[in-house]
Amino acid sequence: MSLIGRSVKRLEDRPLLTGSGRFAADIAVPDMLYMRVVRSPVAFGRLTGLGIAEALAHPGTVAVWTAEDAAKIPPIGFRMTPVPGLEAYRQPVLANGQVRYVGEPVAAVFATDPYSAEDIAELVMPEIEPLAPCLDPAASPSEFAPGHSTEAAVITKAYGDLDAAFAEAHAVIALELIIGRHSGVPLETRGAIAVLEAPSGILRLYGAAKVPHYNRQALAAMLGLPLDRIHLHEGHVGGGFGIRGELYPEDVLTCAAALRLGRPVKWIEDRYEHLVAANQSRGSVHRVCAAVDEHGFILGLDDEFWFDQGGYLRTHGVVVTDLTCAMLPGPYVVPAYRSVGHVRLTNKTPCGTYRAPGRFEASFVRERLIDAIADRLGLDPIAVRHRNFIAKTAMPYRRDFSALGTDIVYDTGDYAGLLDKFLNRVGWERLRADVARRRQAGEMVGLGLGFFVEKSGLGPFDDVRITLGSDGTIEVITGAASIGQGVETVMAQICADGLGTGLDRIRVIHGQTDRIARGMGAFASRVTVMTGAAVTIAAAKLRGELLTVAGRLLQTAPDRLAVTGDRVVVRDGPSLDLAAVARSTGGELTADATFTAEHMTYPYGVHIAQVRIERDSCGIAVERFFVGYDVGRAVNPMLVEGQIAGGAAQGIGASLLEEKHFVGRLLSPIT
Amino acid sequence: MSERQNVTFTVNGEKRVIRVEPRRSLADALREDCGLTGTHLGCEHGVCGACTVLLDDQPVRSCLMFAVQAEGTRVRTVEGLADGDKLHPLQQAFWDHHGLQCGFCTPGFLMLAVSILELDLDIAEPELREALSSNLCRCTGYQNILKSVLAAAAEMRK
Repeated sequence: MSLIGRSVKRLEDRPLLTGSGRFAADIAVPDMLYMRVVRSPVAFGRLTGLGIAEALAHPGTVAVWTAEDAAKIPPIGFRMTPVPGLEAYRQPVLANGQVRYVGEPVAAVFATDPYSAEDIAELVMPEIEPLAPCLDPAASPSEFAPGHSTEAAVITKAYGDLDAAFAEAHAVIALELIIGRHSGVPLETRGAIAVLEAPSGILRLYGAAKVPHYNRQALAAMLGLPLDRIHLHEGHVGGGFGIRGELYPEDVLTCAAALRLGRPVKWIEDRYEHLVAANQSRGSVHRVCAAVDEHGFILGLDDEFWFDQGGYLRTHGVVVTDLTCAMLPGPYVVPAYRSVGHVRLTNKTPCGTYRAPGRFEASFVRERLIDAIADRLGLDPIAVRHRNFIAKTAMPYRRDFSALGTDIVYDTGDYAGLLDKFLNRVGWERLRADVARRRQAGEMVGLGLGFFVEKSGLGPFDDVRITLGSDGTIEVITGAASIGQGVETVMAQICADGLGTGLDRIRVIHGQTDRIARGMGAFASRVTVMTGAAVTIAAAKLRGELLTVAGRLLQTAPDRLAVTGDRVVVRDGPSLDLAAVARSTGGELTADATFTAEHMTYPYGVHIAQVRIERDSCGIAVERFFVGYDVGRAVNPMLVEGQIAGGAAQGIGASLLEEKHFVGRLLSPIT
Repeated sequence: MSERQNVTFTVNGEKRVIRVEPRRSLADALREDCGLTGTHLGCEHGVCGACTVLLDDQPVRSCLMFAVQAEGTRVRTVEGLADGDKLHPLQQAFWDHHGLQCGFCTPGFLMLAVSILELDLDIAEPELREALSSNLCRCTGYQNILKSVLAAAAEMRK
């Protein structure tokens, strides 16, 4: 029986349940130094000096670094969606002459134990002349640096005749919508442990996550190391959500210090630092207009928005703005469209991505707009959605623009079909009647519905090597990364399915740059699609090889053989242990595969919330929450449901509970 | 600040004597001085509960206690839950019901749940929800954690 589609229990869980996981803070090597970062307490100002004499005099101090010590290290570059000319907005690893957000690293201290490192960091005195901070992304742009505006870029995606659409509109519905700034906040904070290996001269960075291969290249370039002198290693990772594992100043400083100080250097972020220094996301202001006909059909959609990028452009470049523009039309036809996104620098923690970048924002704006259209025209919001859906028969459906370097072509989709099926399943009419009755009785209760189009399976490639060892173990080496989503289990299921073996002898390796030359990591919901497809190909190749070798040994044609459990068997005849087959070749059997994809896939779904507001306290209670989702073929339904439930919880948090508020005032000079 | 002193306590049934600064947190003492890194630090200010351990059978945030306060106590951590290869019913239930994703909060939830079920194996779901809400998980959305603890309680009642 195939292992695909079965809710097998996770291979990852035993060490995590018994306390034997290896998260970043759990890594210790002899003779380690501990780094502590001194951060700006001011949102915007001129950094005129750093008092480090007292810190240097502390008996536990090994080194104190300021911008001068990092002068040869370039700012952190763009991993995704670079736009030429944005280099000036990159973040230096230590602030040089200017600070742009509370939390910006201004110095790093190194000590022999972490408590001393904190003591010493408190002795470093940044001298900052505060300037008036910019907190409003929609305010008029000002100067970021000589010759560079705080409007770093304007992204426009458009098609169709928008003017004509608005000219012939039955009605125009306009909204201003603000999305609060918040972030992923994984439960494990960031961490980095850099070790210069003595005999080999290889620098090893532990605590890597998400994109170890990319970060290896970036670090090698920044530190002037040949690529073969640096490796990144991912251990257990306590949650990702887009923000963990990107390249940050602290990773670079840890590596540079291990090289220069000649001792291993460990840095573990505390939660306060995490909340001011790790990527935030989603702060944007949208002004959106729809031109509609009398049936609620959208003739044209015009959205202008201002994305609050914070103090610098980080590794994601302008990806959040780009994806917001690209994904806003979602499941609807929208014959004429324009989206203009302003990437604005402010004096807040810099932004990156957070779970569903661009789709969270776009889905909120679009679905609010649909409800407003229905409200204005006195139509049923379900009917308005139906009227605007792209038909199943129009698939594959091309939008006339790209995102993440790929043309947007919705691969499949039966939006109307899913919505009907789902409404029927949840008993929408009954829910609606119940809510109407309760409202009549004076309760403040409502039902809301949002439809979304997601994207997944971002390419361009993934490599996999599968090896059957002489002891019969099967190693699946991938360039993927695990941030807690169950990568090992899913890859093992796909491998076992392809080979015909059980799961118990399969080991999945990920996040180790010394085990495989290339890898894309884990982001953009890509691993099951991309890495999984590469595992499928490699497993088929290895199976072919296995049967050929076994056929020779058993003097049988390969097509009369099958793999079951840990043996190759001749139908109704003798069998051979997998280990014996591998040994007969003089060692092991290996198959390599690469899977490439030029286009993403576009799953889609619908969420329904039934929410009550308490009249007296204004407390909000989410009474019911439903998700309908076309996920395609689920490799492990239990894990898919786990991801959806976790995502729904984070979405509810983002909508109702989570926001980072910034209060601006000009402080007196700090000396 | 750096005058170290001895702390004698029992960790997972084993007597330990460690020498620590008075300001050292119990969590750091367990992790660094006892080598028990299963107790995780998520926030270090008593909010997330990832560092929950049992001190004389009471759940405590080990980030909010000094190690010296544990003098003479019995501490239980996640490392002491399984009996050799045999998982504690709560560990087994978390595995069976997908009660963890990244697993970082899991030791804290397990220890919290142990204390809850040791007090009342028949705890009703609303009370259990309330008790479990003292810890944070960022991955699961909590539904499967609740399901896991209910399943473990049923198993332990047998």
